[in-house]
Amino acid sequence: MPGAGGPDVAEDSLARPRRAVDRVLAGNAWLVFAFLYLPIVVLIVYSFNDNQRVGIWTEASLRWYGEMFGNARVMDALRNSILVAIVSTAVATVLGTAAGLSMERYRYRGQRAFDGLLYLPVIIPDITMAVMLLLFFVQTFDLIFLATGIQFSRGLGTIMLAHVSFNISFVALVVRARLAGLDGALEEAAADLYANRWQAFRRVTLPLIAPGVAGGALLALTLSLDDVVIAEFVSGAGSTTLPVYVFGALRRGVTPLINAVSVLMLVGSILLVLMSLAVSRGRESSGG
Amino acid sequence: MRVRLTAVLLVGALALAACGREVGQDTADGDPDDGQTAAEGGEEVSCDVDETDGDLLLYNWSEYMDPDLLTAFADEHGVAATEDTFTSNEALLAQIRAGGADYDVIIPSDYMVAIMIEEGLLLPLDADALPNTDNVSGDFMSPPYDPDLTYSRPYQWGTTGLGVNTDATGPDPEATWGWLFDEQMREGLRISMLDDPREGMGAALYYLGYDPNTTDESELQEAADLVANNDQIVTFTSDQFTELLIGGETDIGQGFSGNFLDNFEEDNYVYLIPEEGATIWTDNMAILNTTSSPCTAHTFINFILDAENGAQLTNWTWYASPNEAATEFLDEEVRENPSIYPDESVRENLYFLENTGEAERLYTDLFTRAQG
Amino acid sequence: MSTTVPPPDVQPDFDTSPPVHGAGLERDAEKAASRRGFLVGLPSYAYLVAFFATPLLIVVVYSFASRSVRGATVLTDWNLRSYGRLTDSLVLTIAWRSLWIATLTTLVCLLIAYPFAYYLSTRPARIRAVLLVLVMIPFWSNFLVRTYAWRMLLGGDGPFTRLLEAVGIDGVQLLFTPTGVMVGLVYGYLPFMILPLYAALERLDHSLVEAARDLYASGWQAFWKVTWPLSRPGVIAGSILVFIPSFGAYVTPEILGGRGSTMLGSYIARQFIGSASDWPFGSALSVAILVVMMIAATAYFRAGGKNL
Repeated sequence: MPGAGGPDVAEDSLARPRRAVDRVLAGNAWLVFAFLYLPIVVLIVYSFNDNQRVGIWTEASLRWYGEMFGNARVMDALRNSILVAIVSTAVATVLGTAAGLSMERYRYRGQRAFDGLLYLPVIIPDITMAVMLLLFFVQTFDLIFLATGIQFSRGLGTIMLAHVSFNISFVALVVRARLAGLDGALEEAAADLYANRWQAFRRVTLPLIAPGVAGGALLALTLSLDDVVIAEFVSGAGSTTLPVYVFGALRRGVTPLINAVSVLMLVGSILLVLMSLAVSRGRESSGG
Repeated sequence: MRVRLTAVLLVGALALAACGREVGQDTADGDPDDGQTAAEGGEEVSCDVDETDGDLLLYNWSEYMDPDLLTAFADEHGVAATEDTFTSNEALLAQIRAGGADYDVIIPSDYMVAIMIEEGLLLPLDADALPNTDNVSGDFMSPPYDPDLTYSRPYQWGTTGLGVNTDATGPDPEATWGWLFDEQMREGLRISMLDDPREGMGAALYYLGYDPNTTDESELQEAADLVANNDQIVTFTSDQFTELLIGGETDIGQGFSGNFLDNFEEDNYVYLIPEEGATIWTDNMAILNTTSSPCTAHTFINFILDAENGAQLTNWTWYASPNEAATEFLDEEVRENPSIYPDESVRENLYFLENTGEAERLYTDLFTRAQG
Repeated sequence: MSTTVPPPDVQPDFDTSPPVHGAGLERDAEKAASRRGFLVGLPSYAYLVAFFATPLLIVVVYSFASRSVRGATVLTDWNLRSYGRLTDSLVLTIAWRSLWIATLTTLVCLLIAYPFAYYLSTRPARIRAVLLVLVMIPFWSNFLVRTYAWRMLLGGDGPFTRLLEAVGIDGVQLLFTPTGVMVGLVYGYLPFMILPLYAALERLDHSLVEAARDLYASGWQAFWKVTWPLSRPGVIAGSILVFIPSFGAYVTPEILGGRGSTMLGSYIARQFIGSASDWPFGSALSVAILVVMMIAATAYFRAGGKNL
């Protein structure tokens, strides 16, 4: 995360914009903040609207929240989302950290190819990845059925596999950035003091990259919870995640229930932001 | 070693090519002339009345099942019952093709039942497990697409027409597809059409005076051009047509009778059945032959065919019920509504959609292109 | 992907190159280390090969397949028909529209984000930290929710339309139009432009700007000749981060767009989900879009950005 730790621009420095320009820029900044926040605020406000029709304010009520928590499909979708996110994040963090270490701390043949493969999921559009994985699962399950007679079907498992598939790259990205900024001297010192490789890793490297790993894990968690397109394509019957549910509900018409569900998702996101802030604070304090 | 790993997978991918088979659900030879082809994949099942063997997964049109009814079924039989929705018969077929979806009961329309029977996708029903079939009206006992009711039972029937906001069109609007396709009539109006190849093309075909089941490519192209050149279309939707109309996003929407009528509260909204012709359809309950809980599926179908449940369904959906025994339990405002139960003179202009064999692909492709 | 956090642009100062003069033992140690490195990375590599590279290959294979009468994919009868259809007027229209909307979105984002990032970078450190957090919060919020917010706002009786009506501007229809889609895209991806720009501007050596002003350059000249060129890497990074997802957008046009705002992403999706059911064609389109992305990404890497 880009830090706010750069050098201050002095009040009277010539590099500071002139006062009139500064005012304009400040005004512009206010507008941008308004632009960023107003839609969300409106969305939250209208989730407390009693009227069925979004946009026509009747009176304040918690009716939609009640409906949301009593709605089996929403609660199922919520449970599915959390389950998929936790499992896929755990796997992706392990694999991604290993990938990051492998790329930054070692040299071997074929590293270039691996590097390229690691970057692809980051730049590929969601829809292409979704299509790829759909075709993959359909074809693979088909072949398995032909070979063994067992018919697998798409469901939570395939969504997890899909999420790990792109999250490895993101975790690796963050871990690599962290590793790149580390001074290898500490690890060399450990070796000098007769630590074997495993001890050096566990006692020195791991704690040093921990904030990077945590940051990567948080990123993976967010991406998994955020994902709509890939989950829509590779999910099966009855394995809907929360964003997929909202996406489907949106296509059938706009009701304040969607607002309530959205607020729920927003709260989750904000918690993740706060957690990531705490992590980056930790990162900075341990000499990142 | 990596090189070998990658090579192995490459070979694997190409092995798929060598397989040279049709992907997805195991299908019978989709030969349209072979009208009597039975489902090769579907073995016979034998179920007792009200027997259950797993949870129910229903694949349905949207706003087409009373959630309370679904819950009642789940509670009564001690199984979980969930519902997913699709937007058109073609989307339903496409989703089943994509395989891996374990839906148990699906709700295809008349002509799609015929197609699915041909493709061998449906499970032959065990009539002994469906005693409530006696409740079905005689008119529906021998439909052309499934003459012996081997694979399906009727669910609801209705019409496809136009929902209109008379504030925008003027009072007492003419019942015609011209509201969509006549350049002068539609001037300044915002229109939504169904995201449905047969219905979308159908509307244009009716307007042009052609058979909605035509296989003539030039006629189909003409119809597609009408849709393509219609600048007043705001969006194509099979789920939101009523919401958009009532919300003021559109002035006219092509859509299904029940959905409109159920939600029209104010006087300025009317449902029109155009005089050039309109579609009358029967939706049916059928069981996929890949189902993992066939007996639960039978039990569900029997449940819906019950007189009171059938009435509860119709009272909720505002579509017409093929269930004769349910008539006495219907709300009066539903039973007496001529838009839900059109009379003889209107029925003369109503047509069923039929399986057009090879031309199905033309309908879909031309319509997809026309949508833009 | 919907959300990405660009890590700081740092060069490694840890030298892992093998020693030049190797006695037998040292060479063995190198080889052992090299093998270890490979083994550490192997599980991830294998996973990606299985669940990323293979699916990619399958898509390419499918793009040469045929489609049966009933819409099923048939893996015989290999042909180039699907690629031939890529030159259809409809496909070209949609591709052009996607390009147009993506470019416009990127430009608008740049125009909005640059002054904002510049302002941010010239604040005192404490305020900068606070403002950054305020920018991050919507950034980490669910993308679908943020797009839905505009669906709600732009609706016929939505707050935005009624606000305009109150001011006297009637009959504005933004929902179901390309403009509406663009608003949604700008809103969704603005933070992707703000953060790299901020990172670049924050690193700016302000003494250079001071020097320019000392030499009697006007504020504008100082900006144009000093600040702007130095911030270029940030501009490029932000532009790529906005352009790529905008070009392949699916969720935003599905929610905010209507007839006449179909973009490549939704067009591809329709070949798989929905009535069209033409997997070979959808695969060919996906391959095409992938090629475009590769070109855009290569351009980015050439332009000097090593980390995203």
